[in-house]
Amino acid sequence: MAINWYRYASPATFLPVAERLAPWFAAAAALLAVAGLYVGFVVAPTDATQGEAYRVIYVHVPTAWMAMFVYLVMAFWSALALAFNTRLSAMMAQALAPSGALMAFLALWTGAFWGRPTWGTYWAWDARMTSTLILLFLYFGVIALRNAIDDPRRADRACAVLTLVGAINVPIIYFSVRWWNTLHQGASVGLTGTTMARTMLAGMLLMMLAAWAWCIAAALWRVGAIILERERGAAWVGALPAAKGAS
Amino acid sequence: MTTLAHRDDDEAASDALGGFTWALARDVRLALRTPSELGVQLLFYVVVVTLFPLATSPDRAMLAALGPGVLWVAALLASLLSLPRLFALDQADGTLEQMALSPWPLPAIVSGKIAAHWLTTGLPVVLLSPLAALQYGLDAGAIGVLAAGLALGTPILSLLGAVGAALTLGVRASGALVALLVLPLYVPVLIFGAGAVDAFRAGMAFDANLSLLGAGLIAAALGAPFAAAAAVRIALD
Repeated sequence: MAINWYRYASPATFLPVAERLAPWFAAAAALLAVAGLYVGFVVAPTDATQGEAYRVIYVHVPTAWMAMFVYLVMAFWSALALAFNTRLSAMMAQALAPSGALMAFLALWTGAFWGRPTWGTYWAWDARMTSTLILLFLYFGVIALRNAIDDPRRADRACAVLTLVGAINVPIIYFSVRWWNTLHQGASVGLTGTTMARTMLAGMLLMMLAAWAWCIAAALWRVGAIILERERGAAWVGALPAAKGAS
Repeated sequence: MTTLAHRDDDEAASDALGGFTWALARDVRLALRTPSELGVQLLFYVVVVTLFPLATSPDRAMLAALGPGVLWVAALLASLLSLPRLFALDQADGTLEQMALSPWPLPAIVSGKIAAHWLTTGLPVVLLSPLAALQYGLDAGAIGVLAAGLALGTPILSLLGAVGAALTLGVRASGALVALLVLPLYVPVLIFGAGAVDAFRAGMAFDANLSLLGAGLIAAALGAPFAAAAAVRIALD
């Protein structure tokens, strides 16, 4: 039996789906995070070269990865929103932006905590750090542009154009910063060369899945709120049981 | 006479060229009618460049090391400051709407406006940069590389800036917002442009930097006018 995916492009049909799925993803995120943190902080051995400080990577690597990945997903929804003029795609892009910004911020924050004992500094102009910081600025730009435009439909399309221009620029920014960095200073200390123990990898994968599940849950909750806010004038919102109970 | 539905490629190309040259000539003429406005923007560049030695030190070796970066950052800021000229005035008096309604393709008109913007704000900065570079004690070779980099890089600033300027048309606090949107996108231009001078001063090959700037210019020239035109249409809705 084929599922008619277009059916879910309508906010009215997607809202119940989002509201039903979000708690499951949130619960999965919590369970995976507990398991991942347990494996990472209790089971996994101390790193031979970096000591206990390396354990920050169980939060750092998944968030850094999600920061980049969420931007790609945002660009995907933005492209759909521009190409097909679908409202829900733009709402998804809007719902993802704060999660992506949070992930980029956490990656930088935990990176600073890892860098202090390992490199001896909170901040170095490392290529990945610098490009993550610029990625955070791009997220802020999209969120700020959204907030500055009153008409949500105009904000949808303006943010979509900005997200796509940014998506084309993200790889260019990354390579330019990496190139600039190699001009200025030698390669920094990295994880390369250290083969990861099996338990470390397991902990990392669990935390990665937890970050995925959490981003999905947060985006679904947020998109639910966005749908209700934007469609508040629609008849179907007024017919919702919660709306009836409130009035 | 061919109908709209059956226009051939030659006609489309001449349409695009017509829109481009018309917008270019119009915007340059308008800019030249308010020369003091252009002068103020150029003075902004000079003043910013003058502030850095005062804030750090007049030591020549240090200034020569700082110079390329400072001159590039000042060029970025000057470009940013002049972005409202691109579309805001035309939107305020309704000209922009007429441009969007005209039979000429909007990306061609936007390209002409961007070219005029560069000619009136970017090119003066390029021409002035050797003078500013002398303040920083750069030698003749480094000044040549700097000017070449600026000549290739400032059009990219105008092209990317046009997208930001169009996206923020008529929104709240658009001045600060356009900086947040556009400055992160300027980063590669800054790195390659200032990097070219640094590489030259270090005795390394600098042509790769300039080649990358040239490649960036071609890519931006092909893509940015379409993104800016789409943003203009969004703003006019």
